[in-house]
Amino acid sequence: MPLQGEYMGMMLTIDDLDHENLDFFRHCHEGSFHLQRGKTSGLLRYPPTTACPWTGERESEWVPVEGKGTVHTYAEVHHPIQPAFRDKVPYLVILADLDTQKGAPSEHEALRVAGNLMTADGQFAPPEMIRRVGIGTRVKMVYVEVADGFSLPHWTIDEDADQPETPWRYPQE
Amino acid sequence: MSLSSVSEIDASSEKFLRGKYAVCGVGETSYRRGSQETTRALATWAIGNAMEDAGMNAGDIDGMLDYSGNDSTFANFVAGDLGIRLNFYMDVHGGGSSIEALIGIAMGVIEAGMCKTVAIFRAMNGYSQVRIGGTGARSAVPINGDQIHNRAYGWQSAGQMFAPSFLRHMYDYGTTPEQVAHVKVAHSKHASNNPKAYYKKRYTVEDVVNSRIICKPLHLLDCCVETDNATCIIVTSLDRARDCRNRAAVIQSVAGRVCKPRADMHYQHGPISTVAGLYARDILWPNAGVGPEDIDVTGSYDAFTFTTMLQLEDYGFCKKGEGGDYVSSGAIELGGRRPNNTSGGHLCEGYTHGMNMVIENTRQLRGEVDDSCPVGPDGKKQHTYDYAEGGCRQVKNAEVSANLGWANPGTGSAMVMARDHK
Repeated sequence: MPLQGEYMGMMLTIDDLDHENLDFFRHCHEGSFHLQRGKTSGLLRYPPTTACPWTGERESEWVPVEGKGTVHTYAEVHHPIQPAFRDKVPYLVILADLDTQKGAPSEHEALRVAGNLMTADGQFAPPEMIRRVGIGTRVKMVYVEVADGFSLPHWTIDEDADQPETPWRYPQE
Repeated sequence: MSLSSVSEIDASSEKFLRGKYAVCGVGETSYRRGSQETTRALATWAIGNAMEDAGMNAGDIDGMLDYSGNDSTFANFVAGDLGIRLNFYMDVHGGGSSIEALIGIAMGVIEAGMCKTVAIFRAMNGYSQVRIGGTGARSAVPINGDQIHNRAYGWQSAGQMFAPSFLRHMYDYGTTPEQVAHVKVAHSKHASNNPKAYYKKRYTVEDVVNSRIICKPLHLLDCCVETDNATCIIVTSLDRARDCRNRAAVIQSVAGRVCKPRADMHYQHGPISTVAGLYARDILWPNAGVGPEDIDVTGSYDAFTFTTMLQLEDYGFCKKGEGGDYVSSGAIELGGRRPNNTSGGHLCEGYTHGMNMVIENTRQLRGEVDDSCPVGPDGKKQHTYDYAEGGCRQVKNAEVSANLGWANPGTGSAMVMARDHK
């Protein structure tokens, strides 16, 4: 049986043979972000893959990774495409560099993890919260349940972290 | 501009199939919204026009390639309609960055003796059926497995998927919305001299930056048009092309689909403000035996204003990070050093997943762009080179062109063509 859940009116499905995605989203549902680590390379990767991008090794192990990072870039959507997002605009899609493995194995590589900007309790961020976030903002992970054993990772402002005075934002508000 | 940023170019010996194959025929339907025709009927129309352009009949064509994304007809139907018996065909999955790569594949299969002449088409009702902007049917499909990592976040359409690269370029290099808006200004200027363009109106920088935000940093006028159309390009050996009705556009090199590392999610490998052209140029220029400095007219894919800029930069037409200066300098406009997308491209002429830019450059190299200039007694256009609205869009002495195709920031294709002097 595939793992399915309705999320904001969208049907999300993970086939029962898609072990990589099943494991990834199950860990999120347990509230603990995990990534695959190549046994030989010792390197983490995101999103889930079927082999290590640095060695091609198929075997890997899931290891817990701290869900904290810095906004590397983002998309701020004002014109919704999917019907599910019509009453959510504007919304942010964030690509955040995890602190873990940032700049490795080469300078410009990072585990850049996608998610929407959410409030700490997992609701879409209101416009005044969006205006506080830009490149450089410190963020931490929050999880939103889709189904039993299936949650999506998202981002929220890390209110306990030292924040840049003015994170970089697109000049037109 | 210096070529120093591009790795060593070898013009001393002809590389690979340089100069041996050519585009011998090009054709398209009209660019419309609401075609009221099937993609099969559109394809038949466009291929017929390209065959007419080449002076070829059904017996002259024995190969066919096409590309689509679950939104079009297939080669076997169209070949049957036109009475073409195929020795080779293949239907390929894909959108932008396909045509240059498929031209390379066509050269390869002809070289392998599998067929002699290949018609390549793209037929799409990109406005009235499967909308290229992603609204409608495409936005409502179930989301499965790997797609959850983007679509579940409302991160699905081309604009949404590419915006993180565009924004990061602004952050890394100080690129401004006004600089990039010049791409729309240039392409709309060109379209105003193209009777078949869907949008012929000229736009200003202010028009672009004051149009509504779609997905930062993209305003409405930073985004391409959605249209219904089919397009066709016929490839054959240079020898055969020289027997055709019109002057051949000689293929000097092709690259495609060249990818950045981690094509599964290219954002993992930075700098994310760098695109696949950085890799493709090391195939494109050495194989062609020319560099950016030698190019007279470019076709840098304009799904968005930013895509044109990013590619011109990474293929070496300007220094990395100076793309904003380059596209706002006048260089890419008709009358400038190296005009880009002289038909108006995807921003104005019509959306074809890259085909119309190759068609346009083929006509540029022939010296026979279909503008409003008068036709002389010899049946040829008498170009005025007056680029005022409604006037000429022929580039003077267009000898070498470059097409820079784009699928996404992580994947691109490219081609260099030259005017045939026989």
